[in-house]
Amino acid sequence: MDQVAIRVRGLVVDRGGKRALDGIDCDVPTGRVTGLLGPSGGGKTTFMRCVVGVQRTAGGEVTVLGLPAGTTELRRRVGYVTQAPSVYADLTARANAHYFAALQGVPASAGDSALAEVGLVEDADRLVGRMSGGQRARVSLACALLARPELLVLDEPTVGLDPVLRRDLWQLFHDLADGGSTLLISSHVMDEAGRCDELMLIRDGRLVAQDSPAALRVRTGEDDLELAFLALAERADLGTGATA
Amino acid sequence: MNATATLATGKRVLGQLRHDPRTIVLLLAVPSLLLVLFKYVFYGSPQVFDRVGLPMLGIFPFTTMFLVTSIAMVRERTSGTLERLLTTPMHKFDLLGGYALAFGVVALLQGSVSAAVALGPLGLTVEAGVGVVLTLAVLNALLGMALGLFLSAFATTEFQAVQFMPAAVIPQVLLCGLLIPRDQMSDVLYWISNVLPLSYAVDALVAAQTTSSLTAEMAVDLLVVAGCALAALALGAATLRRRTP
Repeated sequence: MDQVAIRVRGLVVDRGGKRALDGIDCDVPTGRVTGLLGPSGGGKTTFMRCVVGVQRTAGGEVTVLGLPAGTTELRRRVGYVTQAPSVYADLTARANAHYFAALQGVPASAGDSALAEVGLVEDADRLVGRMSGGQRARVSLACALLARPELLVLDEPTVGLDPVLRRDLWQLFHDLADGGSTLLISSHVMDEAGRCDELMLIRDGRLVAQDSPAALRVRTGEDDLELAFLALAERADLGTGATA
Repeated sequence: MNATATLATGKRVLGQLRHDPRTIVLLLAVPSLLLVLFKYVFYGSPQVFDRVGLPMLGIFPFTTMFLVTSIAMVRERTSGTLERLLTTPMHKFDLLGGYALAFGVVALLQGSVSAAVALGPLGLTVEAGVGVVLTLAVLNALLGMALGLFLSAFATTEFQAVQFMPAAVIPQVLLCGLLIPRDQMSDVLYWISNVLPLSYAVDALVAAQTTSSLTAEMAVDLLVVAGCALAALALGAATLRRRTP
């Protein structure tokens, strides 16, 4: 089995007249939880859009599960959850889950169990429009989980969730990775960085560093990942080649 | 295309409507109320209602489905659900087919209610039978849906989408032969009306009022309306882009 789930070479993206990604090279390992960290506006979402193949690119190559990103076959193997919950507010959580189950060609029961996985059993029959932001985000997540994709791309999936729920979801992410799935999860919260197997730090459209949390701590001599990220960002600004 | 995804989409769109009972009531009741209003506004000259009543049974579904579809598509775009749908194995035509299915059902219900009111208490007569009238109502609804879908691509907000209604629908209503027969218009207006699909729908409805069988002319009108709906759907499909800047 290929040990690299996502291979990116020389990726360049222009959005709204600005360079959003400026020559990204990276390999995202299979069966691990990779965190995409960095300030908002730094290019995390654009990078994820490239991986799922909805972003028009200006150069470079993105290979996902051995195929060019956006290939038809990948649409059943890759799950994508956008930052704003993209589910139907005028349907119940269950109706949303059943709809996305039908589109993915899995039984409706897969939708019910995905709702259970994100902790929405009692609220499954409530209208999404009447739910809190955190609950909506979980409905959106469930709609991607239900097809058990080989690669899950999650854009800030735990924003606004209470700590207990956040811990449970991270446990779920690691269980999925242990089952062989690859997860690419963005966050701008540094305390989530420590929960990832691998970290990618993106800033101003460039990949500042990619390594495990432990290796980043050693490399920078900082125990706190926030400080480690700061140190790496400063080195990158000084042009001393932090990615080396 | 995949029948499961198409049916699931139709069911989903109807499910969204089901949670919005006010819209359902408006969709079903407003055309009938307007017909009643029309009847009594022209109470002194009943020949007016006799002439325009039937064409209106085609114009209502056209207008409402245009509006409903364009708003629904703008919402799919702005809420991110459209982008999400396009990252699933679903084909664009499954999405369009699902919408056509759901709004076809709504148009059939709407047409049945307003036809019952028009042919019953309001005393409108139609030679060709209720089946032809309902077929035309559904076809008009699908035409409105297809045009709404296509034009919604040029609207980035619901405000803009609503403005497309008067821009795209009212000229067709003015020129379709509802107010005065098309052959009495000036040449320029007549030729413009010839390239607008609603004119053919109204021609067919006017013919249905006086002929009991499906004539060749009516068949041509029906084909033109269906062809325009398909062409608008194809244009609409082209505006659903998987990869965006």
